[in-house]
Amino acid sequence: MSEHGAGAGAAHATTGTYLRIAAILVMITLIEVGVFYVPTFQSVLVPLLLVLSAVKFTLVVMFYMHLKFDNRFFAFLFGGPLLLALVVVVSLLLIFYGAVRLRTGM
Amino acid sequence: MGVDSRKMAFWAFIGSECLLFGSLIATYLVYKGRSLVGPYPHEILNIPFTSFSTFDLLMSSLAMVLALAAVQRGDMKQGKLWLLVTALLGLVFLGGQFWEFSHFVHEGLGLTTNLFGSTFYVLTGTHGAHVTVGVIWLLTLWIQALRGKLGPKQALTVEITGLYWHFVDVVWIVIFTVVYLIQ
Repeated sequence: MSEHGAGAGAAHATTGTYLRIAAILVMITLIEVGVFYVPTFQSVLVPLLLVLSAVKFTLVVMFYMHLKFDNRFFAFLFGGPLLLALVVVVSLLLIFYGAVRLRTGM
Repeated sequence: MGVDSRKMAFWAFIGSECLLFGSLIATYLVYKGRSLVGPYPHEILNIPFTSFSTFDLLMSSLAMVLALAAVQRGDMKQGKLWLLVTALLGLVFLGGQFWEFSHFVHEGLGLTTNLFGSTFYVLTGTHGAHVTVGVIWLLTLWIQALRGKLGPKQALTVEITGLYWHFVDVVWIVIFTVVYLIQ
């Protein structure tokens, strides 16, 4: 299945691949909701959910948004700001909790 | 570089949207657990209902790629069908969000009730506004297709619409985890 009119000439995934990705996404969502309710997973809940969420995010971006098959420049245009956004999130959390620790002395 | 300028510009736009949602998610996380009065997240968030909304949005992404594939191969009957299905699934998501917001307001959580209310409504409301724009965009394409003005030559237009729609989906993937599941 080739791309038409995009100017990049990149190939896209097949319908079968799209359906398999959808099935994987639904399964991961069920696992996410499942582990949320199982007390055994409470100690590892946050890292587990973050990893599962990252897998879903990557699958959609790579296959549905065709970044796996498209020009690498698009990956740079998307990946750069995404990385920057992650840095903003982590920095704000560190600054905020650092300030709270300083204020409370904990 | 051999890349389409419209597609390049749209990827740059999506990159800027990453920063917008990154800031909103960071704000939500910074104020997480700092509300002085209720309702608190664990008292009010409905995981089964939101799981259904997540499933709905994931299926709309599938419908979107099927619409693009159909338009690319010139099968406009399937293209029209999947575009409409994508838009309808988007409307179902918006209906669910409207119901959720109404329910929360009824439970006493307003925009200014506490820090959770302020950050929750701004983050999920901004996402909902993006879904609304996406639904209008999809319905516009569907009407164009009905009038015979959308064909394989306009596949790039459908692909760019798809990029927007899938981005809205990946943002929800993050919100579902950060806001609803990690309480």
